[in-house]
Amino acid sequence: MTKTKKMVQWNPTDIKEEILSKYPPKVARKRAKQIMINEASGGEAASSEIVANVRTIPGIITMRGCTYAGCKGVIMGPTRDILNIVHGPVGCSFYAWLTRRNQTDAGPDGDNYIPYCLTTDMQDQDIIFGGEKKLEAAIREAYDLFHPKGICIFATCPVGLIGDDIHAVARKMSAEYEDCNVFAFSCEGYKGVSQSAGHHIANNQVFTHLVGENTTPKEGDYKINLLGEYNIGGDGFEIDRILKKCGISNISTFSGNSTYDQFASAQHADLSCVMCHRSINYVADMLETKYGIPWIKVNFIGAKSTAKSLRKIGEYFGDEALIKKINDVIAEEMPEVEAISAEVRTRTEGKTAMIYVGGSRAHHYQDLFAEMGMKTISAGYEFAHRDDYEGREVIPSLKVDSDSRNIEELTIEADEKLYNPRKTSDEVKALEAAGFKFKEYDGLNRDMDNGSIIIDDLNQYEAEKLVEILKPDVFCAGIKEKYSIQKLGVPMKQLHSYDSGGPYAGFKGAVNFYHEMDRLVNSKVWSYMKAPWQENPELTATFVWE
Amino acid sequence: MLLRHTPTEVSERKALMINPAKTCQPIGAMYAALGIHGCLPHSHGSQGCCAYHRSALTRHYKEPVSASTSSFTEGASVFGGQANLLQAIENIFTVYEPEVIAVHTTCLSETIGDDLKQIAHKAQKDGKIPEGKFVIGAPTPSYVGSHVTGFSNMVKAMAQLATPGTPKNGKVNIIPGWVEPSDMKEIKRLASMMDIKITLFPDTSGVLDSPLTGEYKMFPEGGVTMKELKDTGGATGTLALGEWCSADAARWLDSKCKVPCTVLDMPFGLAATDRFVDVLRTVAGVSVPDSIANERGQLVDLISDMHQYFYGKKVAIFGDPDQLISMCEFLRSIDMIPVHVITGTPGKAFEKRIREITADMPGEVNVKAKGDLFQLHQWIKNEPVDLLIGNSYGKYVARDEDIPFLRWGFPILDRQGHQYFPTVGYKGGLRLLESILNLLLDRKDRDEPEESFELVL
Repeated sequence: MTKTKKMVQWNPTDIKEEILSKYPPKVARKRAKQIMINEASGGEAASSEIVANVRTIPGIITMRGCTYAGCKGVIMGPTRDILNIVHGPVGCSFYAWLTRRNQTDAGPDGDNYIPYCLTTDMQDQDIIFGGEKKLEAAIREAYDLFHPKGICIFATCPVGLIGDDIHAVARKMSAEYEDCNVFAFSCEGYKGVSQSAGHHIANNQVFTHLVGENTTPKEGDYKINLLGEYNIGGDGFEIDRILKKCGISNISTFSGNSTYDQFASAQHADLSCVMCHRSINYVADMLETKYGIPWIKVNFIGAKSTAKSLRKIGEYFGDEALIKKINDVIAEEMPEVEAISAEVRTRTEGKTAMIYVGGSRAHHYQDLFAEMGMKTISAGYEFAHRDDYEGREVIPSLKVDSDSRNIEELTIEADEKLYNPRKTSDEVKALEAAGFKFKEYDGLNRDMDNGSIIIDDLNQYEAEKLVEILKPDVFCAGIKEKYSIQKLGVPMKQLHSYDSGGPYAGFKGAVNFYHEMDRLVNSKVWSYMKAPWQENPELTATFVWE
Repeated sequence: MLLRHTPTEVSERKALMINPAKTCQPIGAMYAALGIHGCLPHSHGSQGCCAYHRSALTRHYKEPVSASTSSFTEGASVFGGQANLLQAIENIFTVYEPEVIAVHTTCLSETIGDDLKQIAHKAQKDGKIPEGKFVIGAPTPSYVGSHVTGFSNMVKAMAQLATPGTPKNGKVNIIPGWVEPSDMKEIKRLASMMDIKITLFPDTSGVLDSPLTGEYKMFPEGGVTMKELKDTGGATGTLALGEWCSADAARWLDSKCKVPCTVLDMPFGLAATDRFVDVLRTVAGVSVPDSIANERGQLVDLISDMHQYFYGKKVAIFGDPDQLISMCEFLRSIDMIPVHVITGTPGKAFEKRIREITADMPGEVNVKAKGDLFQLHQWIKNEPVDLLIGNSYGKYVARDEDIPFLRWGFPILDRQGHQYFPTVGYKGGLRLLESILNLLLDRKDRDEPEESFELVL
């Protein structure tokens, strides 16, 4: 299939039918509810309901991972001075070892355990007789070697089955070490239907065992927490650079280039800014309930989105000096970004993208593509819930199924001493009257065109079909999808781990992304698919030289 | 310093593994299954395992790796995974149309005791397996052995397809073990130079090194066919390359189908390749052509030409047992000194073999099966080396200790070439030596003081 054979004018309904036609009837019925032809755009309320956060169909080659991956790999992995011990057979720990490109600055204290992979390497006798003693010994050995501030324990599938009480072991060890906080996560891979369950479990335990531990107030003006930013390819470094330049103090990043102390001090912030809504919204809500810290949704992917998010933070604090500083920084940063975007745009304008990643990136990155004049014609999430598609207001109408029910919901109450609403109800009302939105997330559907195809939990067969029919100029997903898409002659960009690139957040990140997209959609290699003799296979009877 | 917390002083650890030199069984089974033509590997457990294995294999081979999963959630974990697997089998044959599904278990399905044979039998009875298609399976509990064990178990499942009493077909079975697609291709090339008809299984060449053409084939041209596998019972004999990877399958064919087997070391380096060629010639009753002797002579020539740079250099090496055994023998044959040797895969026989191979060394080797990179690093701190050989995870140690580093083994996540350029056979030996030489000489050129910096080396 070459670019010249591009099929045009497929009706989205036909595309959906074409995709479903291959499935057994039961599978087709289920997938039909997860494939949506978008009807909502231009700020209209989302009118179509999509089925999301439901089980993957056995045998269908999914993009999804598991609960353990969401908990250890995503949320806890990027914290440099907490020692992570994976309790289970060797594999789970091995696969999450340095594979997510979480960049880290070891800082003045020099504590950085990210290059270390620790596991109890359970053997069959541990499965038969139980692994609690081995876990206890492993924690002891780890403590003696590293003397970390915190040790986190992660349960893998067999641990849940054999019933090792990892929390009891953690409590015991925590009591033994005065200077080391040991706590555990029941994040067995089979819980829930995707990584999403692991995020929730991680949120709960971090909030229970870590947030609020440091009671010494933090210095700084305009104190915020940045939730859901994992410093893939150095994104967090760029966001920190911008925040610092604006005079905003980032108390904690959950969790990229983060430290034990950042989590432990999160209650000192006056605003929580949520980047990845799906992975860490639970902590944002809990911080508000317990300490009175409001949260807003931000997006630092895309230069315009970054500017918008900074202004939103300025508006929240309402301080003229801060607002002016933010505007100055934007004015200083934007010209270079705009110049490069204008130059790149001459080569990217009108090109199309498909994005199937995570639980919010498929939405965030559309802004960045728009800045280059590129249109996202199809998108979807790997592990989102309905609110990520349809907006936060659908949450009350979400059905809780058995797979969600087994993830603990913490009951949080206002802290007797520390609860302190950062804004009075009058201030909140005034801000809202001026159009400011707290605790809100629009969802992906509203920002996408009518007729674009939105698919939840896309699988390999559907990806291949979509690419064959719509021939996008670039396809964005993860490493598992990369080479099957590229075999079709379409460049593929990883938006989970960015291949070799990054940062893509903030102003400098936008510039990096423009250059990267320019390279990808204009690379000569995609024109080499056929050899000259394959393009023109007629044989002549005589040698040309004769 | 990346591994700044690793102390020089070695303390005994009984429970904690740090920076493993192995991973779990199912990924080996998945890789082996990809070496069957038209096969979709299937992971029977929760979907994270399959995602991780596909990611790791994809990162290493830079190729699409398709595999499906039973997608267990809590219900399946409690009530058993039969319903999930039956549903998966039906969906896979309908949507992807493979010739064969190769199912492997995970620690989850092993712990709850799912019986693959019984489930496959039920699928057959329920008509979920189309005419002429197959479901095969291998138990691969992650808490036993390592990725090498999983590979071996799936290869054994392939051998078990052989039918006892198959008429003799004059072919030789070769089980190459966990090597690269390029290595499998090289083994086939050597056999064809000797005019010997072989069945190579698994055979990932043509599958994990496919060309970029604008078309995606979930099942590329390569791989051993099911027909060839069934026919292995009629072979003249079986050569199993590697005790850990390949011997079980060969011994099964020997005992059940009366196909005699010889277990050899993997043909890395001069001596192991010599033994491979010599045994292959003997079992097939052919003579070795001059072209092969010529390749051998070139390897010997390079060793003699550049011996001064190899002689006495200390090496630390980690990886899989079968590969390490041949590699350490090769290093000794060029008078290099493997001082620290670690595999994560269990097996006391490994330590014994390495001690035998290195018995002529000036000092004693530090060798450990069930070891980890943390320990290897500590050993290096105590006794520095001139070269480190191992998978990509060694780069942290190499940078911290400023050691030239040869990437070799699995997984290699940060370099290309392993899928195209073999390291087995005499040609592979040339490539290994060239790579080692370049590393040592680049280092020499970097470190030499100005007055002794020389053009001709």
